[in-house]
Amino acid sequence: MVSPVVSPEVSPEVGAVLADVRQRIAAVPDPELPMLSIADLGILRRIEEVDGTIEVVITPTYAGCPAMEAIRADIEAAAEPARVLVRTVLAPPWSSDDITEAGRAALAEHGIAPPGPAGPVSLRMAVRCPQCGSVETRELSRFAAAACRSLRVCTTCAEPFDAFKAH
Amino acid sequence: MSSRFDARSRSVLGLADDALIASHRLSEWVARAPELEEDIALANVALDLLGQARLLLAHAGQMQVPALNEDQLAYERPIEEFRNAVMLERPNGDFAATMARMLLFSAYQYQLYSGLSGCADPQLAAIAGKAVKEVEYHRDHAAGWVVRLGDGTEESHQRMQAGLDAEWSGFTRLFVDWIRDDVIAAGEAIFPPWLREPVVHWLEPVLERATLEHPEVTLIREPGTREPGRNGAHTDDLIDILARMREVRAAHPGASW
Repeated sequence: MVSPVVSPEVSPEVGAVLADVRQRIAAVPDPELPMLSIADLGILRRIEEVDGTIEVVITPTYAGCPAMEAIRADIEAAAEPARVLVRTVLAPPWSSDDITEAGRAALAEHGIAPPGPAGPVSLRMAVRCPQCGSVETRELSRFAAAACRSLRVCTTCAEPFDAFKAH
Repeated sequence: MSSRFDARSRSVLGLADDALIASHRLSEWVARAPELEEDIALANVALDLLGQARLLLAHAGQMQVPALNEDQLAYERPIEEFRNAVMLERPNGDFAATMARMLLFSAYQYQLYSGLSGCADPQLAAIAGKAVKEVEYHRDHAAGWVVRLGDGTEESHQRMQAGLDAEWSGFTRLFVDWIRDDVIAAGEAIFPPWLREPVVHWLEPVLERATLEHPEVTLIREPGTREPGRNGAHTDDLIDILARMREVRAAHPGASW
């Protein structure tokens, strides 16, 4: 039987190793948003076996994301003792729409408002306060602790919070 | 001016150096911006531009035989091989002038990257497709400040207008043709004069809301001369930028962290 994640010529032993490595890599946390795995953030594009090497393909959220080197090292560490080749691709560009439902729930649970659908900056939807659920919130700053976040305040409960930018 | 870089590489270096030098000037605002949130914002914009510069330099480096890496291009390239626009070299002054520059430059970059995201060079198209989403945010951020200051108090209006006046002539020079025809014909670069109309079209309502007027500038260019900055001729301000950018590397050659 051929599992959908393993190419046909891979032996069952190699297939089992690959499945295990795949699971460990997918669970690697994002260094700046540790409540999210790289799979939930949508920056893990694929893991495949190419000529006996396990290749892990990732994409940055922002071009200048300073966490890429750390993520690469974390993936290599998570795969051990298996050796992996981490490759970065840019196209298609990452979008906040690539964050999984589980990822969105994890963000909200940790006080970061998940992003609305990506689109033109001028057509952004209301952002819900992760503390009290009110949609009466306003932007304090378009840029916050990381490139992917903005700073908002809730006008209902008066609490400030980070929001993940629709991007 | 002869160059070890071919026309295609020079066109990518122009994009890379614009982003690198703009990033450096913005980073000089860190810990000096008018408010904490703006300090963080300018650092974020600088980081986006630095990320774009790194990708573009790496791409230009891959075109060379033997290949050069981004650090060799950023730290070891002689000044006359830089291809950035001269407007981006000028030292910072008033915050309003920085916002004027960010508005004009990001409006230009937005149209440029939009066009390049469909260009014939797949890696350049991928970088542009990534960067266009970032510069849209920069453009929007700058527009917010330009309107707030322009349509603000008498003093903020006057300073915003002065900032715009100071940046405008450099801005018009972004649209001077400097890329060799065959690179444009191959679909690997955008003919700069084509960008002017859509950029100005986007800017006009912003300036109107800001109650600002842009000066009329006539470009003076002697026939047969080439555009300063794009041809490798720079002001002394770029010497200062490169000296500072390369300070740590010069003090600790070969260090890594």
